[in-house]
Amino acid sequence: MAYNPQLNANGELQHLLTIEGLPREIIVSILDTAHSFLSVAEREVKKVPLLRGKSVFNLFFESSTRTRTTFEIAAKRLSADVINLNVGTSSQSKGETLLDTVANLSAMHADMFVVRHAQSGAAHLIARHVAPYIHVINAGDGRHAHPTQGLLDMFTIRHYKKEFSNLRVAVVGDVLHSRVARSQIHALTTLGVPEVRVIGPRTLLPTNVSELGVQVYHDMAQGLKDVDVVIMLRLQNERMNGALLPSAQEFFKYYGLTPEKLALAKPGAIVMHPGPMNRGVEIDSSVADGRQSVILPQVTFGIAVRMAVMSILAGNT
Amino acid sequence: MPLPDAEVLLAALTEQMRPAVSSDTLLVGIHTGGVWLAQRLHESLGLSQPLGTIDVSFYRDDYSSRGLHPRVKPSEIPFEIADADVVLVDDVLFTGRTIRAALNELFDYGRPRRVRLAALVDRGGRELPMAAQFVGAEVSVREDEQIELRKAADGRLNLVVTPSPGAG
Repeated sequence: MAYNPQLNANGELQHLLTIEGLPREIIVSILDTAHSFLSVAEREVKKVPLLRGKSVFNLFFESSTRTRTTFEIAAKRLSADVINLNVGTSSQSKGETLLDTVANLSAMHADMFVVRHAQSGAAHLIARHVAPYIHVINAGDGRHAHPTQGLLDMFTIRHYKKEFSNLRVAVVGDVLHSRVARSQIHALTTLGVPEVRVIGPRTLLPTNVSELGVQVYHDMAQGLKDVDVVIMLRLQNERMNGALLPSAQEFFKYYGLTPEKLALAKPGAIVMHPGPMNRGVEIDSSVADGRQSVILPQVTFGIAVRMAVMSILAGNT
Repeated sequence: MPLPDAEVLLAALTEQMRPAVSSDTLLVGIHTGGVWLAQRLHESLGLSQPLGTIDVSFYRDDYSSRGLHPRVKPSEIPFEIADADVVLVDDVLFTGRTIRAALNELFDYGRPRRVRLAALVDRGGRELPMAAQFVGAEVSVREDEQIELRKAADGRLNLVVTPSPGAG
């Protein structure tokens, strides 16, 4: 097997950095474990003692309320101590390097780092330099990967559709800037989804996207036809420099998910969105709040999936 | 020593429990063997409450050395535990560590009025102060062996001795 920086010598998950190259069995075992964590949230005591005495550092070099919060809840439900650092506003602005920040936190006896960074590869860099007992989870690095989002999306799809082997899934919108889309596409193909489509304007699709094993569409009417799952992406305004789009209104006209466009998908199709949503830009409110939307369950499932990832990692020493 | 027939032990266990349970007694089986037993007991004792199941993987005390069990199943407690009369059901009572984990998990659902323990076999070797109120039989096997409950395709239960995974 090719060297994979995420796996230890026994082939077990040591860090979660990207879904690309992750063995199918590991993805399935994360989803199965997450299923068992779902019911913990419905009990009187919403905690299990697995990570008792462990310190989890949420290291966010790029702000994100939802992802950071769900990681925090996940770690707390596993009984870990959680320390949140918005590093953008502290040491880094005083000139400390990324690895010095991590070395200092390791000296405070960190057991796990959850890392969000604007630079692709930041979590990999940290994983290469930490002591062997420390685990690293990539919570989003640049345009590269957001593996826990990809996993929670797979959990959501499996929850509603049961099987992957007979599905047609469309990923719609700003694929070019989306680490979420990359993680989803790798997960969908690894799990054996026979038809993955990406739909978007030429300017927002990577030039080599078909090499990922997806079919490329530029027209919603064709791309949404008979799909089982519609995954909308957020239009990443803050990542867009230059004129990739005439206007948000024009984007909505051609690529925004409206009830009329959704009607082209299969009748029981589900609608997903990683959040935060731009209502009226990539998705119409009546769809976001509609019967086929599973956007809020995605958030709930995200906690169980992150609990599964953390408890599997921390148990692999 | 040959192991006793699991079906005979289960019948004996059922008769021990019959006078000691009421219709509102809650049975909670511990995965996997304990769930099979609890299903059979639930039926033959004619209990009215639904059956509960517990997978103790999230509460095991060997997690930090052995990691998370790869095939953990969801625990399902479809009733109020607060003030309930509970009987935990397990296949083999040995060190008592599984029961410790199951009790901890149970208490995260609420404070039961009473918890008793039913085990198909007790092989001794306790490392914690645990005792079962209902026992099919006491058996002894070598320290490097383990007793496993298995279920055949026709649903019949039987006990087998296998080498302990930690032995050798």
